[in-house]
Order: sequence, then C-alpha cells, then structure tokens
Amino acid sequence: MNDRGFVNALGAELLAMAETFGRFAFLTRSVVAWLYRAPIEWRQVLIQMSRIGVESLPVTTMTTFFTGMVLALQTGASSKHFFNEPLFVGTVVSFAMVMELSPVMTSLVVAGRAGAAIAAELGTMKVTEQIDALYTLGTDPVRYLIIPRLLAFFFVLPVLVIVSDFSGTFGGWVVSYVKLQIPTSVYLDDIFNNMEIRHFMHGFIKSFVFSVVISLICCFKGITTTGGAEGVGKSTTAAVVLSMVSVLIMDYFVTAILSALGIT
Amino acid sequence: MIDIVGVKKSYPGRPVLRGIDLTVMSGETLAIIGGSGCGKSTLLKCVIGLVRPDAGAIVVDGMDIARLTNEADVARYRRRFGYLFQEGALFDSMSIWENVTFGLRYLTDIAPGRYRQIARDKLALVGLKDIEDLRPSELSGGMKKRVALARAIAAEPSYILYDEPTTGLDPIMSDVINDLILDLQKALKTTAIVVTHDMKSAYKVSSRMAMIHEGRVLAVAHPEVMKISNDPYVRQFIDGLSHGPIKMKLKEFEPELAADNGAAAGGAR
Repeated sequence: MNDRGFVNALGAELLAMAETFGRFAFLTRSVVAWLYRAPIEWRQVLIQMSRIGVESLPVTTMTTFFTGMVLALQTGASSKHFFNEPLFVGTVVSFAMVMELSPVMTSLVVAGRAGAAIAAELGTMKVTEQIDALYTLGTDPVRYLIIPRLLAFFFVLPVLVIVSDFSGTFGGWVVSYVKLQIPTSVYLDDIFNNMEIRHFMHGFIKSFVFSVVISLICCFKGITTTGGAEGVGKSTTAAVVLSMVSVLIMDYFVTAILSALGIT
Repeated sequence: MIDIVGVKKSYPGRPVLRGIDLTVMSGETLAIIGGSGCGKSTLLKCVIGLVRPDAGAIVVDGMDIARLTNEADVARYRRRFGYLFQEGALFDSMSIWENVTFGLRYLTDIAPGRYRQIARDKLALVGLKDIEDLRPSELSGGMKKRVALARAIAAEPSYILYDEPTTGLDPIMSDVINDLILDLQKALKTTAIVVTHDMKSAYKVSSRMAMIHEGRVLAVAHPEVMKISNDPYVRQFIDGLSHGPIKMKLKEFEPELAADNGAAAGGAR
C-alpha cells in the first residue's frame, strides 16, 4: 500500500470510529429521553431480569466461589511463607472480593453470557426487519427493547454482585477452614474488625456503572447490526469484547473517583 | 392520498432514489415494479418514515412525514399505515395472537381484553384459524406471510404497504396471497402500494402500475396499458429478458473482463 492509500485507509477508519461514537451518543441521548417520555414496559423489564439475573446466578456464584477459594489459598501460602502462619486471610479475601473482584468478575461473566445473548437477539431482530416492524407498529425499539434491558441490568447486576460477595467470601472460608485450618471465628474477625460499610459501597456503586456500560454497548451493537447471519456473529463478538474491555477500563476510573470521594 | 414529490435518497457512494414523483389516489392499489436494487423498497420505507429522504416531500392526507417533529403527530401518521414486510418480520419471542395485536397497544385505545378476539377475527380474514397460540417458528412461509398480513391490518389502517408480498412463496401460495390482497382491498376499502417484481402479482392486484429504474419513475400506467407498452425498458422488464437497455451486473462486468483478458494477453506477449 502506498502512502496515499495508507492515509486514505486511516482516514476512513477514523471517520468510521467517529461515526460509531456519534451514533452511540445519539442512542444514549435517546435512552435518557425515553426514560422520561413514556411509561416503562415493566413486563419486559421482569422478563429480562429473569433472563439476565436468575439465569446468570449459578455461573456468577460458582465463578466467584472459586475465585474466593483461590484467593484464600494464595494468601495463606504467601503469609505462611513470610510469617510462618496464615494471617489476615479473611481480610484479604473479603476486601478483594467486595471492592474489586466481585463487581468486576460478575460483570465480565454477565457480559459474556447475557450481553452476548442481548446483542445476538437484537442483531437477529435487526437483520430480519423486526426492529423496523416495531416502528411501523407504533413503538420505538429504544423504548420497547433497550430500556427494559438497561433497567434489568441496572437492578439485577448489583444483586448478583452482593451474592458474589457472599459466595467469594464463603469460598475463602472453605479453604481457610479445611485447608489452612483457620478457625471460623478468626476468619470472621479478620473480616468484621476491618470492613466498613464504605468498603461494601465501593464495589456496590461500581456494579451500577458496569450495568449501564454493558447493557448500552450490547444493545448498541445489537441494533446496529448489518449483514445477515455473519453480521450477527460479528456484532455479538464485538459486543462482548467491547463491554468486557470497557468494564476493565471503567473500573480504574470509577475506583479513582470513589477513592477521591473517600468511598474506599 | 399519498403524494410523493421529488424524493431523493442516497446511501454512502450510492444514489438510490434520484427524484421520485408519484401520486397514489385514495382507494387505488399502485404496484411499483422494478429490478432488484432499483429503490422500490427504499421508497416504501420512506413513505412510512423508516427511511428519511435526503430531499423531497411525502405528503399523506396533508401530513408531510419529514416535517413531523411532535411524537403524537408521528404516531398519528403511522396509525394510518399497515406494513407487510418481505419476510413477515414476525416477533419470534411472541405467540401468533400477540404478534397480530402488538400494534393495537400503541396505535389504538382498544382494551387489552379484546385483543385475543381481534386476533382471531383478523386471522380469519386471512384464512387462518386455531393457530393463535403457536409461535412464528412453527408456521410455513405462506402462513407467516398471512399472519404478517393480519398484523398489518389489525389496527384497521387506511393505507397498506406491501413489500414483495409473494417473494419466496410457491406459485399457488403466491396466488392465494394475491387473492387475499384483493379481498382485503374490497373488504377494508384501503389504499395500497404493492412493491413487487412478480409481474403476475402486479397485474392481478393493481389498479395502476409504476415502473422504477435506477431511482427514477420510468412509466406509470394502467396494467393493461403497461402490458402493451413500447418503452424498451418496460418491455424488457415485463417480458423478463436478459438482453435490452437494462444492464444486469453480469453484463456490466463484461467490458472489464474483456479489458482484463486483453491486458493479460498483452502481458503474456
């Protein structure tokens, strides 16, 4: 490729990216507008809460349970190496789970499971003209499809994160008690002597931000799908990758903001 | 009445409609014919507001869709239309009766308690019964089209827009759909635009025909007049000939292929 060809290709790529950001901004504006403009489709919200929440619960619980276990195992091994006994295992596990791992891992798992399903469903609706059909039947896809999914994510992800907090801490306790022979009272003391409500709030607030990020990205990729079955595959992959990367990037910024506000 | 004046629409690097002027009189059925990609489906989507024209106006009963900014006005505009999509576009996640009555909630004040009966009535109008609780995936192509037609007429629109109503159906089912379109026109006294490249269907259902080629209206005439048209473009299309002024893609490539072959031969020398 000559220099001119490269510059043209780069320019086209940048323009496409700018257009995508613009369309995403328009979608976000439309979502905010519809939240105020029309009654919410609560039946759809409940259906989506069941799909996103109830059906994700086993996998998020299991993931964080094993994360808590491995965290306890690593912490116990490290502190044994340095101090000759496992110290503060409960503190490390609970703080890591509640403030960081629970919200991030739960969000990643839900993005992979429910986010992909949303992008594929909306993508298929787009390429089979079902989204156009919604317009012709007097409603707007943002109102009927996106807002219920956004709200379902918003209500359900924090609940999943709380369950994950418990399952991760419980996983840590199982390893502490069975493998490291730490008495339950010590494990619990390690947690409750150090943890305050603000530590819990740190992870809890993050989950709301992640819910909005995942739902908006997956819905956006879904309803902007073009190109038939191949397009649905591409947009589903893009939705999952983008939402996962965005969660990890947003995690840093939200942590920085919460730290600045003293919620840490 | 639908008045389409100077409508233009382009997609990046590709003009689709280059200035369409058409009038659809109340009570008539206008068939819009033309080859694939000539812009007829885009025009239909412009009429209902799914696609916004770059220029021109579409005025329906005095309302110009491009000028409607108030949501209630847009709803009032869309309320006048029923739209039959090419593949039906039924909602997979809903039962048949929910599909048929979906628009009633947003387009009418009818009490939800009556929806099921309305679905039964509309399905009966298109010759279907006892399928209310099935899912779209359980129906054949022809049945899906008929359910989609029942959904299009559920809110009793004044205008029905048909996008390729017989595409993908066997000849007998195509004729059944044509008969249904005629029956509905008689029963509901609606105005209709039928976009199709099925000439048999166009002749049967329309009271007037318009041919679009490369984003422009080539001819508008009564079906019987269209049949005996001397316009070479119209003649080629209605006779279904590969040779003529309308160049299909294979023909467009031929000079390029010839040039490529010439260059290759030159290179070999």
